[in-house]
Parts: sequence; C-alpha cells; structure tokens
Amino acid sequence: MGARHPPYLMATAERILTDEMVAAIQALLPRYPTRQAVTLPALHIVNNQLRHVPLAAVVEIAELLELAPAQVQDTLSFYGFFKQDAPHGRTRAWICRSLSCALRGSESLIEHAQQKLGIASGETTPDGRVTLEEAECLGGCDFAPCMLAGGQLHKNLDTAQLDRIIDTWE
Amino acid sequence: MATFEPVLLANVGRDDSHTRAVYESTGGYEALRRTLAEMSPADLTELVKASNLRGRGGAGFPTGVKWTFLPKDHPGPIYMCVNADESEPGTFNNRILMEEDPHQVIEGAILSCYATRATTAYIYLRYEYPGSYARLQAAIDECYAAGYLGKNILGSDFSLDMYLHRGAAAYICGEETGLIESLEGKRAWPRIKPPFPAVEGLFHKPTVINNVETMACVTHIARRGADWFKSIGTPADPNNPRDAGSYGPKLYCLSGHVNKPGCYEAPLGITCRELIDNFGGGVWKNRRAKAAVPGGISMGLLTADELDTPLDFSGPGRVGCLGLGTAAVVVLDETVSIVDFLHNSCRFFAHESCGQCTPCREGTAWSLRMLERMRAGRGRLADLDLLLEIGDSIGIMPGTTICGLADGAAWPIKNAIRKFRDEFEDFIRRTNPHGYDVTEPVPALVQLGGH
Repeated sequence: MGARHPPYLMATAERILTDEMVAAIQALLPRYPTRQAVTLPALHIVNNQLRHVPLAAVVEIAELLELAPAQVQDTLSFYGFFKQDAPHGRTRAWICRSLSCALRGSESLIEHAQQKLGIASGETTPDGRVTLEEAECLGGCDFAPCMLAGGQLHKNLDTAQLDRIIDTWE
Repeated sequence: MATFEPVLLANVGRDDSHTRAVYESTGGYEALRRTLAEMSPADLTELVKASNLRGRGGAGFPTGVKWTFLPKDHPGPIYMCVNADESEPGTFNNRILMEEDPHQVIEGAILSCYATRATTAYIYLRYEYPGSYARLQAAIDECYAAGYLGKNILGSDFSLDMYLHRGAAAYICGEETGLIESLEGKRAWPRIKPPFPAVEGLFHKPTVINNVETMACVTHIARRGADWFKSIGTPADPNNPRDAGSYGPKLYCLSGHVNKPGCYEAPLGITCRELIDNFGGGVWKNRRAKAAVPGGISMGLLTADELDTPLDFSGPGRVGCLGLGTAAVVVLDETVSIVDFLHNSCRFFAHESCGQCTPCREGTAWSLRMLERMRAGRGRLADLDLLLEIGDSIGIMPGTTICGLADGAAWPIKNAIRKFRDEFEDFIRRTNPHGYDVTEPVPALVQLGGH
C-alpha cells in the first residue's frame, strides 16, 4: 500500500475506536505479512464492542491499516455481517432456515419469533434488546432446528423452548 | 464392515476429549514426535501420496498430489490454510472434530506443514462456530506451551506458527481462492485458476489449502501408515485409470427426516440406505424416504430408488449427482414437496452467490424468483425448461463461471426437475389451473404478490 494515507482522524472530532480496540488491532499485525489482512479481524474487534461498524470507524481502521477507507468499506459491505447504520440488538439471534432445519420446522420457529418480538427478520426491537436474523446453514443439522445466539448454539428447538430462551435475553 | 474401527471419532464422547492431556493419553502427538525424528518432509509427502487420501472438503482431490504441486526448493514463505469454513448445508463433521477433538486436527495440520515446509498456518474458521473457536484457540495455546508449535518444534529445526482467522458468514469463503482473498482482507471473490494456490496463493506465495477432516486423516496416516488407510474403503476401479479410489474412513453427516441425526464414521463406500438404516435408525415417523441429498445440497438429489448408491467419490456421480461433496446426507420423507425443497436450495444459492460472475449472480437470483412465483401459484410449465436452461448454463462445467458455486446451485435444479418432473408439473397445473401453459412474459413479481 506504500505511503501512509493522509490523516483521516480528525484531531478535534471524537474518535470511535477506543485505545483498547486500537491495541487489540495492532496486536494482530505481526501475524500477517500485510496490514490489509487484519481488516476482517479489526472489523470483528470493533463490532464486538459497538455492535456495528459505523463509517467513521471504517475510516479509522483504514488509517491504522494504511488503506484507503474504500478498501475497508468494500470488504465490510461484501459480508452481510456488519451493520453500519445502527447497532444490532444486545442479543443477535440467528435462526437457521437451510434445508435440514427447514425439514424440522424452522419456518414456524422464525414466524413465532417474529410475532413474539414484533419485528421482521433483519430488524431490531425498538428497545434494542434483540436483533432477529435468518441464517443459512449454521452447521448444527444434527440438532435441527437450531439457533445461534449469545455465542451459543441452541439445539432441537420448539416454540416453547424458543420462548423461554428469548425471555432470558436482557 | 464388521472389523471397522472408528478412529476419527474414537475420542469423541470421552470426558475432556478436547484437552491435550486426554489426547496424549490415547497416543496423541506421538506420530508428530516420531515423524520429526525419523522422516523427512519428502518421506511424509510420499506416505500421504501412497495412502491415496483424497481431500474431504468436497472436491476429493488427492492430498499428497496437491502438496507436490508446490514449487521445489522455494525460498519461502509457504503458507498453509486449513479450510474450516464448513458451510455446505447439511454438513457439520468439521464442527464436531474441532469442538470435541481439536488436537487431532492440529496434529494433522502440523504434520502437513512439515511435509510442505509451510512455516505459517492459518485456520480459516467460519464465524458461526463460536464453540470451535474457543476449543481451537485453547488447543493452539496448549500446543505452544508444549512445544508442538513455535520455534524448533520438539528440538527439530522445524518451526511453525498457527493462527485462527474468523470469517464473517459468507459461504463463498469455503472456495479455496475465495478463502485466500478473504484472509487477505478483501471481498471473497474467487480467483481465476491458474495460477493455482500451490504456485501463487496467499500473499502471492505458494499455499496449501486443506480441509479439517483431511488434516485429521493425515494424523492417522502418520500414526498407522498408508497400508492401513488403503485397507479401508472402495478400491480404485482397475478398468478406469482415472479413478483414484475412495480409501479410508469418512465422517458422514446425517440429518433431516431420520430418527437419529448425527455424525457417523464409516468406511468410504457405505450406501446411503445403510447410513440411514444402520446409523440413523431409519426414516422418522415410520415414513418412507422420498429423496436424499447425497453430500450437501450442492450435490443434487438421490431418489428413493437410488438409495443403494455407495457414498464414495464415484458413486453419486453414477446416478447423475454432482459427486460425494461433503458426504452430508439429508433425508426428505414422502411428505416433502419437491417444490419446497428446490425453493430452499435456490434461496440458499441466491443468497450466497458472491456476485462476481454474471451467470451465477443472475442465474441464482432468477431461479429463486421463479420458484417463489411457482410457490405463490403462478408457475408455468415453461418455467421448468427455463430453470433447466439456467441449470445447464451456469458453472465451471459449462464454462461460464470462475468457481464451482454455480455448479452447486445448478445441480439441485437439474436433479430435482429431471428426477421429479411429474411432481413439478402436477403442482403447477393444480396451483395455477388457468395459467399453467401460458408462455407470454410474466409481469413483474411485485404485481403478482409473489412474496
């Protein structure tokens, strides 16, 4: 990437990336021969804290990695994973809709979750509690239908169990 | 079959099977110790070549042969990528290996790096496997502490670093050059080959990319030898010089409408029916199977009459499927609408097409729209031939796309319509009695209320 890009960080404006995030990103640099390879890890580091990656954070990541912001934005936008306009809910729940789960009732689970939460798939409850997502195969087909939420695979779900799990989310 | 002894799943189910202590108590890392002391990298490559191990990720390319494509006497660095982006619908055997016995995978990866002279290994792990992430990271940390990773491993002059790299929920990152692009920090658009990754891969350097289960197989080949490996499975067809055979144990994933879904280890070549009946406890609810996916949805469909097909590298292809794929069998019982099956498949591929090649991006998107319209009661008989035209014209095989995602999208379309055409025609006539044979252009989907 050659020379450093101009300092996009506005000294007077508030920084998005905390010192901890910057340190975590920089700690990964020795693992790779290029700084660009840290793009996806950096996006995860920011997303884990902020539950989204606003454009201003993209600009700051780009400066850390000596990239053009458009390069980081191009990568971010390729993956449907990182929200940009607003944070996802405090819990982000992915209910699997692929074949094995569909054969064991995931469609009705998704409809049930939509009704209980009062949102469509992809949306966040107004109180910021939950974002509901439909996932392609979560690799939990032996436990279909399943849901990934809170860093955990919830297995062999029915609507009653789904209700109980949703009620534990704060 | 009677004497078959599972090795890949041997530790799964033991208490703390994911720890180094338990792994070592069953012989773990002894093969690494012995190999570093007694064998050269070339010897190990020859051993893996002699075993005829074929990659377990889907394509079935001979692993040892792949390693020999690396340039000779390259100054380095050479990179190893372990493909842990397991995302093919129906497939979860890598998850079980990584969560329950991660050291088996890591030992194989260290051995493979030794054979290929790779000095840095990246395990590219799909984001949706948080359990695998935790277990693999803990196992890697244990390996550094034990001297299995890092500088001068076990006192040898072989050094290796291993890092976990998490994806971000994109199926295409399982395609090996898509994986490379993603690891480099870019959008995961597959590359045109050649150059193959062995010549110019990650960071423009020679790169080996192997699947998680392949790595576990390398561990057992180093432990037990090539003859042991070749004593299991389906031998090569002597009348077909291009058949490399289907040797070794295989982790079959079984899900859908069976009594006991799960991951089962069997010799390559078990039939789909044996898997369903002997391991899966039969089709659920005392129903009959209507069809089964033989190896992840990309591979197409077996009909009920084709369930005696052996699940080896050659079997599914003989009945019109794309191949063995990931050996993930998904059973559809007799109540399943084949239209719903195909809609589910088309939705997956339309969602996961990376968008780089127009035939794939548009073909998958339009096939989904047509299936949505069909399900909404606006299907036409002409749609079936239109869908087949898409199926026959997208992919590497017809020569219109860079990677095989489109072949995987096409196969369920081709198999479902060619093997179940009557059901599609009946569905269309029944749900669209006044329009099933109309052939004029269809108004925009939004006007039809197809969603």
